[in-house]
Amino acid sequence: MAFLLRADWHSPGSALLRAADLHYGYRDAAGRERAFTLDGVSLEIPGGGFVGLLGPNGSGKTTLLKLLSGTVSPQRGAVTLDSQPLAGMSRRAIARRIAVVPQETHPTFDFTVLDMVLMGRHPHLGVLTLEGPADVSIAEEALAATGTAHLAGRAYMTLSGGEKQRVIIASALAQSPDVLLLDEPTASLDLGYQMEIATLLRRLNRERQVTQVLATHDLNLAAGLCDHLLLLRGGRVLAYGPTADVLTAANVQALYGVRAEVTFHAGAGHVMVVPLGANAE
Amino acid sequence: MSTRPLRTRLVLTIGGFGAVTLAVCLLAPLVGSTPISLSRAFSRTIPYADNVDAQIFFVARLPRVLTGALVGAALAAAGAVLQALFRNPLAAPETLGVSAGAALGAILAITFGADMRLGPLAPVPLASLVGALSAMSVVYLLASATRRALSTSVLLLAGVALNAFISAMILFVQYLADFTQTYRAVRWLIGDLDVGAFAPIAAALPLVLVAFAIFATLPGALNLLSLGPDAAAARGVDVARAQRLAFVSSSLATSAAVSLAGPVAFIGIIVPHLVRLVVGVDHRLVLPAAALFGAAFLIICDLIARTIISPVELPVGIVTAVIGGPFFLWLLVRRR
Repeated sequence: MAFLLRADWHSPGSALLRAADLHYGYRDAAGRERAFTLDGVSLEIPGGGFVGLLGPNGSGKTTLLKLLSGTVSPQRGAVTLDSQPLAGMSRRAIARRIAVVPQETHPTFDFTVLDMVLMGRHPHLGVLTLEGPADVSIAEEALAATGTAHLAGRAYMTLSGGEKQRVIIASALAQSPDVLLLDEPTASLDLGYQMEIATLLRRLNRERQVTQVLATHDLNLAAGLCDHLLLLRGGRVLAYGPTADVLTAANVQALYGVRAEVTFHAGAGHVMVVPLGANAE
Repeated sequence: MSTRPLRTRLVLTIGGFGAVTLAVCLLAPLVGSTPISLSRAFSRTIPYADNVDAQIFFVARLPRVLTGALVGAALAAAGAVLQALFRNPLAAPETLGVSAGAALGAILAITFGADMRLGPLAPVPLASLVGALSAMSVVYLLASATRRALSTSVLLLAGVALNAFISAMILFVQYLADFTQTYRAVRWLIGDLDVGAFAPIAAALPLVLVAFAIFATLPGALNLLSLGPDAAAARGVDVARAQRLAFVSSSLATSAAVSLAGPVAFIGIIVPHLVRLVVGVDHRLVLPAAALFGAAFLIICDLIARTIISPVELPVGIVTAVIGGPFFLWLLVRRR
């Protein structure tokens, strides 16, 4: 398990991942910047935290995740990891600490599951170095942690949706990251697989202290997993705080224009959102 | 095989395909319409002027075999790189418009510039190299004009459009050409390894070596690029840089190969697919295997071309096209 633990995580008072005043706008055909997709977003994520990103379609969740992973640079503002700006780090250096799990992954070629997971070791290898026994054992550990060890020799393309997503999470874990960024990882999965992934993410957070940022449309998934929620609307932060404080009927109304009842569910052990209907206006 | 460590698999891959290629390189010059013996060809007791076996071996057949090795290796490896870059197993060196650019250059030289010479280089390979590199630059500029990362869809469509445009230019030049020139142009377009000397091979070699040196740095990134640019970036690949290197290196290899032997078709598709059946899909194995097996495969195709209706020696491009067309269709059907 050593590959997932870093002693310097919990240095008190300092956030692991910090975004300050992020602005990002896509350009139109004439090259002019259109209205900002992200318009001054700031947030701090402590090591070991589990933050949910909620917001309607087009609110900037995916853009924010791309900025947090450093794959896209903000036009204004900065993202820092342990106070170090991502803009000054190489892609390789960032990928050694931040891993991303997208909604779906479609390989062009017929890689095996072990191949896919070993690709997570890429940022740790030199340009001309091949993975060694240490990398293979890290990959095998990641497979075990996600309950996919028995699939190692299978072709990735032949797996079910839930198995694929667990393998992609294993591949991200093989990066030995401090931070896992997840972009709607359960969006295309049925209820059974959704619960399976949720259980896995909760375990990674609790047992291995993997810091996670989860963008999702599933309010109850976020309520069950995340200790903090960031609500995004029109590229701005509507609210950011502990889940119980932020996930309120008023905020659901403001975010989605949906009347909802938010109540504590004893069986689930967290608040649940029950949508009642669209705004009458 | 896939359970063994990668290092072992790489050694097995290079050893196995290397042995096959070496054997083919040594044996192929012995086969032909006139049987010769290796021991006689290398015999020191017979003066070269009297040694017909040595003359056939070194003048008629060895350059042809070495050309096959260089062109086959370059086109097969370039094909494997492009298939990962475009995330499409049916992409090929011909897709980029580079081959078409080479063809236009060659045909312009055949039609208008037969007397030009620049040092030791013959006008046709030189003009086709210039044509190939020009086409590569045009496609590259188009694809990188709009965004920081290369747009692979622009790259692909620009290649297709350029292919069509250049075909029209070639037909136009052909229309102005006389019978002899048209005949030579058609022969060039078929693709032939009969370069007749070692100098053209030596001239193409540096370009291929540069391309291969770049290929050697790419396989890890190509594995990840085949998952998509976002997934690759998230795992530490500098996507824009990797795409540029992949495009430029595969174009250089293609340019060198086509200027040497003409547009030999389908090698860049057939060989990577055959190789994947043996070594799997990891580019760290596919690239060296494709380069080595590409060399052997093209030499064998040429062997067939030289002997199938002996004593007439066909250009190898006919053989690869006859094999490649049905093979492509089989791939298309097999892919669901």
